[in-house]
Amino acid sequence: MIKFSEKSLQEVQRIISFYPEGKQKSAVIPVLHLAQQEFGGWLDVPVMDYVASLLSITPIEVYEVATFYSMYNLKPVGKYLFEVCQTGPCMLNGSDDIIKYIDDKLGIKPGETTNDGMFTLKTVECLGACGYAPMMQLGKKYREHLTKAKIDQIVEECGRSAVTNN
Amino acid sequence: MGRKLLLDKAHIENIRFYDVYRREGGYRSVEKALKTMAPDVVTDEVKKSGLRGRGGAGFPTGMKWSFLAKPEGVPRYLVVNADESEPGTFKDRYLMEFIPHLLIEGMIVSSFALGSKRSYIYIRGEYAWIVDILEQAIAEAKNNGWLGKNILGSGFDCEIYVQRGAGAYICGEETALLESLEGKRGNPRIKPPFPAIKGLWDCPTVVNNVETIAAVVPIINEGGEEYAKIGTGKSTGTKLISACGNIKKQGVYEIDMTISVEEFIYSDEYCGGIANGKRLKACIPGGSSVPILPANLLLKTAKGEKRMMTYESLADGGFATGSMMGSGGFIVLDETQCVVRHTYTLARFYRHESCGQCSPCREGTGWMEKILLNIEKGKGKMSDIDLLWDIQRKIEGNTICPLGDAAAWPVAAAIRHFRDEFEWHITNPDDAVRRNYGLMHYADILTVVAS
Ligand SMILES: Cc1cc2nc3c(=O)[nH]c(=O)nc-3n(C[C@H](O)[C@H](O)[C@H](O)COP(=O)(O)O)c2cc1C
Ligand code: SF4
Ligand code: FES
Repeated sequence: MIKFSEKSLQEVQRIISFYPEGKQKSAVIPVLHLAQQEFGGWLDVPVMDYVASLLSITPIEVYEVATFYSMYNLKPVGKYLFEVCQTGPCMLNGSDDIIKYIDDKLGIKPGETTNDGMFTLKTVECLGACGYAPMMQLGKKYREHLTKAKIDQIVEECGRSAVTNN
Repeated sequence: MGRKLLLDKAHIENIRFYDVYRREGGYRSVEKALKTMAPDVVTDEVKKSGLRGRGGAGFPTGMKWSFLAKPEGVPRYLVVNADESEPGTFKDRYLMEFIPHLLIEGMIVSSFALGSKRSYIYIRGEYAWIVDILEQAIAEAKNNGWLGKNILGSGFDCEIYVQRGAGAYICGEETALLESLEGKRGNPRIKPPFPAIKGLWDCPTVVNNVETIAAVVPIINEGGEEYAKIGTGKSTGTKLISACGNIKKQGVYEIDMTISVEEFIYSDEYCGGIANGKRLKACIPGGSSVPILPANLLLKTAKGEKRMMTYESLADGGFATGSMMGSGGFIVLDETQCVVRHTYTLARFYRHESCGQCSPCREGTGWMEKILLNIEKGKGKMSDIDLLWDIQRKIEGNTICPLGDAAAWPVAAAIRHFRDEFEWHITNPDDAVRRNYGLMHYADILTVVAS
């Protein structure tokens, strides 16, 4: 049985209170974030159905949203998701080299996950950190001014479980 | 030193927290507006200030507010656009991260003017940690009586909520944003009706950028006329510019729209010149959607006048020889950068972000991306350049929302000003994969006077 923790259920109620009576459909995007966080980093169909039932909307209304927005993972991802920006301004500051370095170091191309399920590499488009390039999102935070040495350090931190995703 | 109105206090330690912000004069504009002004008078001050929307389109804010329909018994909404996803743009993030109360203060005054009792900040999903910062600022404001019921005894009630998106540039377009806030896919709506008549949940709604709403604070504190004295011509007040690419000092700068582009790039107060002793090749001055300009046209207009950091001057010459202020995302390319590759990354961006509703945008962005990648890899044909030109022309003006135009313009401008670089990629395929075209005739031929 899929069920949010008490804490998350309270958070769902808090989010629903943001909107006028009867407009709880608006909560679908923030609640899907919560679900992805709590149920293993991706959105399986039963999870989406659960969100639909919580918000009293139809499952298709949830699928429509989940498939539109790029932050939702519709397939399993590694424990640590490296989302490296590759758009113009980051490219000007060497993001191509950073992506290649991660590929060489971890043996994964964009979209792939390491065999041990630890790391997934994903290339993303501009994250609004262009002045601090190259950069990536890791969990809730941004890692900026990336260098090869910084990647080494981040991978090492992940290995020691010294990185929190939320 | 130029005037600063938004970030003048952003460096003060702990200004992120209420006590420090209040001690530094924060929330004075709420006291002034709610205790001494009628809502329409607040709107009049904003009109007098000449403030233009800071989200990209530059529409006069006071005028937008006066279009808001006010039918009896129907709620009205203020929605702040914090989606900030235009490549090159990271100014709203800076403001929200370092001086969040400025946005909250501006929202309370603006909500009062518009009669919005529930106001929303729609923030891009990736700025997850900023949601916490904003929610903390809102809680502090509420605990201190600036939000909630009957604020300052004025009879005005207001709550502010933060809504997180989930990764979609298109949700920065105001009607897509409203769809998203209603819990749907971010498909832009056909206009009219405009949000001022039928917006969030079909109610009259004003959507404004973060920086626009923050600027309401100094406008109310100092008066619209005083604000209008800063700047040049119709570019009143100050503007946040996020500068990135190959410059010495990347970051967010507040300028008072009286300085030249040359000064902005080369003076130590701002970008500090081109990084690593290289030379300037090109620049996209207002976010990825606006036309790229080669160095010579960037620093001087086609008429040979100094180009200034104002709405008018950046647009001087139209698309033939000018560009736009846009969102203030200032992207600088040095002499070693490849215009074809840069344009390709932008085309990929727009293909990725197209919502897919209109075929010219959905299909055209994909074709442009493919053709540009081929040229970049030395696999292009001469006819590809004309094909690209043709595709972008067929997108422009033929779509529901301006994302189509935004995707077409960067490609058009790159071909317009750098056609020889595209041709070189095609005639020298081996060289094209090994090295970049370089500077050629785009050099910053001007002697730089700013220090
Ligand atoms: C594709 C697209 C993306 C946009 N992204 C943003 C954005 O991230 N932030 C923003 O304030 N405006 C954005 N806009 C402009 C908004 O539609 C709208 O004009 C703006 O929020 C109005 O606020 P302003 O008048 O204060 O500038 C975008 C427009 C388009 C067409
Ligand atoms: S122009 Fe593009 S993004 Fe805008 S509505 Fe059409 S398909 Fe969607
Ligand atoms: S281009 Fe990478 S964060 Fe903007």
